[in-house]
Amino acid sequence: MADFISGFWNMYVMVLVALSILFCVFVLVANMTKREAGEVKLHGHVWDENLAEFNNPLPRWWLYLFWITIVFAVVYLAIYPGFGNLNADRGQLSQYSTEMKVADEKYGPIFAKYGEMDLMAVAADPEANAMGQRMFLTYCAQCHGSAAQGAKGFPNLTDNEWSWGGEPDTVKTTILEGRMGVMPPFGPALGGEGVKDVANYVRSLSGLAHDSLRAQRGKDMFDQNCTACHGADAKGNPMLGAVDLTNNTWLYGSSESTIIETITNGRQNQMPAFKDFLGETKVHILAGYVLSLNKDKK
Amino acid sequence: MAQSKHEKIEKNVFLMIVLTLLTVSVGGLVEIVPLFFQHSTTTPIDQKGNKLDVKPYSPIRLVGRDIYVREGCYNCHSQMIRPFRAETERYGHYSVAGEYIYDHPFQWGSKRTGPDLARVGGRYSDEWQRTHLINPRDVVPESNMPAFPWLDRPVKDDIQAKMRALNMVGLHKYSDEEIAAAPAEIEGKTELDAIVAYLQGMGTALQNVR
Repeated sequence: MADFISGFWNMYVMVLVALSILFCVFVLVANMTKREAGEVKLHGHVWDENLAEFNNPLPRWWLYLFWITIVFAVVYLAIYPGFGNLNADRGQLSQYSTEMKVADEKYGPIFAKYGEMDLMAVAADPEANAMGQRMFLTYCAQCHGSAAQGAKGFPNLTDNEWSWGGEPDTVKTTILEGRMGVMPPFGPALGGEGVKDVANYVRSLSGLAHDSLRAQRGKDMFDQNCTACHGADAKGNPMLGAVDLTNNTWLYGSSESTIIETITNGRQNQMPAFKDFLGETKVHILAGYVLSLNKDKK
Repeated sequence: MAQSKHEKIEKNVFLMIVLTLLTVSVGGLVEIVPLFFQHSTTTPIDQKGNKLDVKPYSPIRLVGRDIYVREGCYNCHSQMIRPFRAETERYGHYSVAGEYIYDHPFQWGSKRTGPDLARVGGRYSDEWQRTHLINPRDVVPESNMPAFPWLDRPVKDDIQAKMRALNMVGLHKYSDEEIAAAPAEIEGKTELDAIVAYLQGMGTALQNVR
């Protein structure tokens, strides 16, 4: 690991390490005094008339502890990096690559097996789904929720309603490449009243309570402004990520005020791409898990 | 009785100070000083010596970074992925020293109540970051992170002074033009914009390397 700008620093470390150890040995040897026969000697200084200090040798067992630390240091330097460039290939990074290799040997075949299976077969496999769920909780739950229930602006993945299409391969592509969803703002084009009219019309599409007069006026504006993406039947267009407005599934909320906010300011959100981070095989298993959440719906 | 060896040191305060300083500095001299003379700790390269795309913080990200420090994010979030499989599977490539050369001071942290943020850049959408900072429970119901609703206010910052100060103490070399253009870059931005810009740029140099 050491990539010093000059070889001097390897020598520098080695010399200082060796000197430190030798110095400790010297200090220890110098203090391994033996108890002399006869009366214990005093240090020589006296305080408060008669307070003196014995000059006993340091306890043996205690000094041996220091010898053990020196032995430990030498053994450590013989095995691990620390003494210049010695054992530089046994550092944390090589331990890491060993750890990764062992894991690859153990889990690689399992991942490979599911990576080659058909997506719907992965979705039907309990073991693959258990793996998928664990990955989902690590990588996806922050936005889509721990039960894949979604949150405001982040789609529910269990309702079999798909902004970008629910075909197995499409779901996988969404995870691999990410998605960039943009709804442009229509506030300036429609005006405050116009937005309110369209919002009422949009609510009427899902059969929610609405002002029918406004909805009627809104329909014309909807046909002129919104059908390009959401389609003439308002059933959306998965190619553009334009959501189905007739299914009473709401990404940002169904209240009149939320819909007005959506139409006025537009919406913009992104699903990040996971291809490079997770790799194709893991995404395959994740896609299978997401599909398995929906297979009983509809 | 003759003067013992340590009596000489005990009775000469100056000698004692010198010897004490020598003793306590050995660790630093061996373990810290050599790091100042290593390529991997002083230049933006990875562990294999490949060049990394690490640049000094742009003005808006610099402001965001200071908000990160001000709000004490480092108390719960680390910015250091260690080379263990358990960490790299979750966060991405382990951190290398060259990534931090413009972090002055670095925000490695020492405790993870929340997740590590070293490679959070690009992991979530801007929209998610905003929603999450204003109220984490809106996107992660289980979250115990505090809400930071007050971040949605205009940035007030003497950005030029900050950049000049970094030129003096860090490895940064902001040019006069960059410093002159900085106030325009943060003009009209909110603190939320700034911290999201900071977060979205984090760890992107090794983002998708396995």
